Amino acid sequence: MTPAPRFPVLLWLPAALAAAFFLLPLVGLCQRAPWSSLATRLASPAIRDALWLSLQCSAAATTLSLLFGLPLAAWLAAGSSRLRTAVRVLVTLPMVLPPVVGGVAMLLAYGRNGLIGSAAEPWLGFALPFTTPGVVLAETYVAMPFFVLAVEGGLRGLDPRYAEAAATLGAGPGRVFRTVTVPMLLPTLRSGLLLAWARALGEFGATITFAGNLAGATRTMPLAVYTALETDPDAAITLSLLMVGIAAAVLFPLRRHWLPSR
Amino acid sequence: MPLPLLRRLSLTTLTLLITLPGACTKPTPAAEKTMVFAAASLTAAFEELAEAFAQGHPGARLDLHFAGTPQLVLQLQEGAAVDVFASADQANMQKVVATGKTTAAPATFARNRLTIVVEKGNPKGIAGLADLSRQDLRVVLCGPEVPAGRYARQALDQAKVAVASRSDEPSVKAVVSKVALGEVDAGIVYVTDAAGAKDKVDAVAIADEQNVIASYPIVRLQCGHAEDPVGEQFVAFVLSAAGQAVLARHGFAAP
Amino acid sequence: MKLAADLHLRRGTLRLDAGFVVAPGSTVALLGPNGAGKTTALRCLAGLLRLDAGSITLGERRLDGGPDGPFVPPEHRGIGLLFQDHLLFPHRTALQNVAYGVRGASRKRARAIAGAWLERVGIATPELRPAQLSGGQAQRVALARALASNPSALLLDEPLAAIDASARFELRRLLREHLRAFPGPRLLVLHDIADALALADRLVVLEQGQVVQAGSINDLVCRPRSRYVADLLGVNSFVGDCRDGHVRLGAASLTVATATTGEVLVTVHPRAVSLFRSRPEGSPRNVWLAPVLGLEHQLERVRVELGGALPVVAEVTRAAVDELRLADGGEVWVAIKATELVVTAR
Repeated sequence: MTPAPRFPVLLWLPAALAAAFFLLPLVGLCQRAPWSSLATRLASPAIRDALWLSLQCSAAATTLSLLFGLPLAAWLAAGSSRLRTAVRVLVTLPMVLPPVVGGVAMLLAYGRNGLIGSAAEPWLGFALPFTTPGVVLAETYVAMPFFVLAVEGGLRGLDPRYAEAAATLGAGPGRVFRTVTVPMLLPTLRSGLLLAWARALGEFGATITFAGNLAGATRTMPLAVYTALETDPDAAITLSLLMVGIAAAVLFPLRRHWLPSR
Repeated sequence: MPLPLLRRLSLTTLTLLITLPGACTKPTPAAEKTMVFAAASLTAAFEELAEAFAQGHPGARLDLHFAGTPQLVLQLQEGAAVDVFASADQANMQKVVATGKTTAAPATFARNRLTIVVEKGNPKGIAGLADLSRQDLRVVLCGPEVPAGRYARQALDQAKVAVASRSDEPSVKAVVSKVALGEVDAGIVYVTDAAGAKDKVDAVAIADEQNVIASYPIVRLQCGHAEDPVGEQFVAFVLSAAGQAVLARHGFAAP
Repeated sequence: MKLAADLHLRRGTLRLDAGFVVAPGSTVALLGPNGAGKTTALRCLAGLLRLDAGSITLGERRLDGGPDGPFVPPEHRGIGLLFQDHLLFPHRTALQNVAYGVRGASRKRARAIAGAWLERVGIATPELRPAQLSGGQAQRVALARALASNPSALLLDEPLAAIDASARFELRRLLREHLRAFPGPRLLVLHDIADALALADRLVVLEQGQVVQAGSINDLVCRPRSRYVADLLGVNSFVGDCRDGHVRLGAASLTVATATTGEVLVTVHPRAVSLFRSRPEGSPRNVWLAPVLGLEHQLERVRVELGGALPVVAEVTRAAVDELRLADGGEVWVAIKATELVVTAR
């Protein structure tokens, strides 16, 4: 066992402050939580609906991020050109934009009178805003960038010579991607998916703007927190604790996959 | 007293986290400024009022903060330093009175009425509240926790019209923008909101007997700067003839 | 099936203009200083780089004809490539790595073929992953993987460079055995002359992207055509100005048996440098007194490093070291016959 490098004393205080900065809001939530009525509150149909909807939509958004984000990330990582740079900026945009602005922009594109929304409505049979698929779309819009950028970084970090070795063994580009690139990328894919899922689960601004706020159809957990906050702060705190619990339950067992590997 | 501090931290953080970005400015005023919290539906009128007030009171500096009334109440309850609070309904005002921070009884300074907003040109031919139950229409209301949403449901109940709102929108502004974008065919907001957005949406009047009158109370709070006379002066100005004239221009009715 | 290459490629500061042929059943070692373009040449042959001009043919098949010609991608070339750092897929076992390249066989059959290859290279643990193998073992698996894909030609890029000394000898023996058994052309990139002597029939020396010399090891030892080649082979070399049978080398001068005029490379094998305790009588034309700087003991012989105006290395027997009392340092007489000096015009 080699001893861990000693931690510089000067950094103790700011490090402790940073940790406390994140800890205190959590402590506050717990302090204020209506513990006695927590069980009955959690069992209420409104919370159950919001929770179920949140889990479904975030899972769907994560799946979409994988199906479409992985090819996009692979293309971004496959070279460098102005077009790629432009597309990368485009993909990064939802990370920088306030989600509400993203929601408005989505309305302009995929809304009932949007650029392609008007054409897509007869084909889909419904308009996306105010529907559960609309929630999935809004969550995908904000979550996929995290996945794409993580995976592109992972792909660029891979030694390209493994793919070359596979090619000299007779594997074409498709087989190389399937049998060498993806398996070697697995840790990054896992952490990218977790990041995207976490972002989708917490999505609020784009969802309420694009998909609206309707119990059972588009009112996910964050929207339920927001709605409850204005009438019943205790319910908001209960919901917030529930979200903290879900995030901890999913992220803690998988910490090896989203923490940087040592 | 660690407990109130923790409470304050937790709820303020929660509020800030989920408040629409850009919808809120700093909740605490700069030392010499007077902080005014006002309901979102008062935005345009209060901006003009503050300008007119500043001309008569050269030394005074007002800091205006607009948001949905429930959100303002929450921030107030959690300790935001506010000198003047203007609510969109009496119920929320009662919550503020209950905090014991008010210096006098709230005074009603304006009234508002509901109206239906529709897409420009009224393509669906909506004539009144009764039409809103039509199956081919998509309608949104504010959520029931928002005063405008509660009034709208009250009006619909009185008229015995069943409407399935596509979404519980967080503010009247959100309703107007959904109608303006054509995402929905109609919404119910205050006449003042319809007037402010008349280049984007058309208003369809709601008959007097079906309408609900919203009354706006204003109050001076002591949690701001106790010795500062500006807050008191601003409340007086809003209630004065000059203030009422500004409100009338924005479509508000006299109290 | 002959591998013929005429490579022309610019990449960064490298300008590759090299042509060579590797006959079927023969092993050619590509040697050269760092940055000479050896690995680049190999990548061109494997199809990982495309030529700016020139051609690559394997048997009758044109693999690369420059920008306007045909280009066969690496997966269709049938050229096996062994990398310096083996590049075994980390997520596959040794057996799965070898089976990866087996073509046209069922999964079960591919595993059987892979297992047989692993046995042939002396790997008894097919279930281990690359991270669990030593460097030497990993390189054996990589060799098995390249051979199991049944290539028509075999390229090896510094196959011994990353292997530590203890495993190196055994791996070299194994490589030689499998290279001999491989029927197609074999091309190795190497930097160690001992490896080249052990594995290759012919040497091609690349400097700054150009072939400076190609031939058998004997050809190169007898007439090294560049200082790099001479140094590589442990041969003394000097660049000087030749006139009237004399080569001027700074302050020194050598008598040579040639009529060449102009700038020349003079080389002499260390064994042709004789040492004496006292000034020798007779025929040697080049005789001078030089200080002994150091001794380098090899298995049978000793290399003697000499200083002075013309620093050279002599190679003598152990008995001679004692006889001449070279271990004490001091000075000895150096003698080189004019006929032993190989003069090459530059």
